[in-house]
Amino acid sequence: MPVTQFVLLSAFLFCTGVYGVLARRNGVLVLMSIELMLNAVNINLVAFSARLNDAAGQVFALFVIAIAAAEVGVGLAIVLLIYRNRVGVNLDEIDLMKG
Amino acid sequence: MPVILAEYAGQNVAFWIIALTMAAAAIGVVTMKNIVHAALALVVVLAGVAAQYVLLQAEFLGIVQVLIYIGAVIVLFLFGIMLTRAPMRKSAEYDNDQRVLAGLVAVLIFGVLAYLLADEFGFSGPEADKLHLTTPTQTTAIADSIFRTYVVAFEAVSLLLLAALIGAIVLARRD
Repeated sequence: MPVTQFVLLSAFLFCTGVYGVLARRNGVLVLMSIELMLNAVNINLVAFSARLNDAAGQVFALFVIAIAAAEVGVGLAIVLLIYRNRVGVNLDEIDLMKG
Repeated sequence: MPVILAEYAGQNVAFWIIALTMAAAAIGVVTMKNIVHAALALVVVLAGVAAQYVLLQAEFLGIVQVLIYIGAVIVLFLFGIMLTRAPMRKSAEYDNDQRVLAGLVAVLIFGVLAYLLADEFGFSGPEADKLHLTTPTQTTAIADSIFRTYVVAFEAVSLLLLAALIGAIVLARRD
């Protein structure tokens, strides 16, 4: 089975995530797009783990999954805090540090 | 190349069915007007990723993907949607006004990436392109790798998870 199709799928998912991060303004939706990008990276890691016949890629994918879970927890806590202190979670309205 | 295709015909058909479903769902995640529907489309993408892991004979990772992503992360997202009182109906206010620019950037990145990847793996002969799917990866091999080669990284990740747990509680606590 060719490895190209897996890396192409992963590239497509990554670019969809990039589009989501750039075009969405709701904080939760931006976090979802970041999950898309992290999963794209994981597909790459597992595909090359199978390509090189080495379990190290899968270990790194496990690390990425763990760190993504931590990131979602902290990210949603921050979004919740922003929602509580300001009225909404629209990211383009958060301009406290704008000069 | 035809030999490889014939050798893994079933896996190839499965790959393309799952991949096209994932691509459609991923586009849904970033374009849907209803935030709950976007979260549910994300479930389809994550389940597709788990299915691709199974195709790549990484069964343990497939199970971990289902448990952590579909089981925990999506539930967290749905809680986040509810707690920020996002409108649960169709709403045009989830996108900002730079959609065209963002689409252009995404298409450009995909073009460059796809060209480079196809150049490196696709056209340089079937040998560089071949996956060796002979025996499934044993979970014991992953465990050996984690607790022998990458044990320091494992400890660092466990510390990071603890820090993230405490950080999330401190941030979200009402006082």
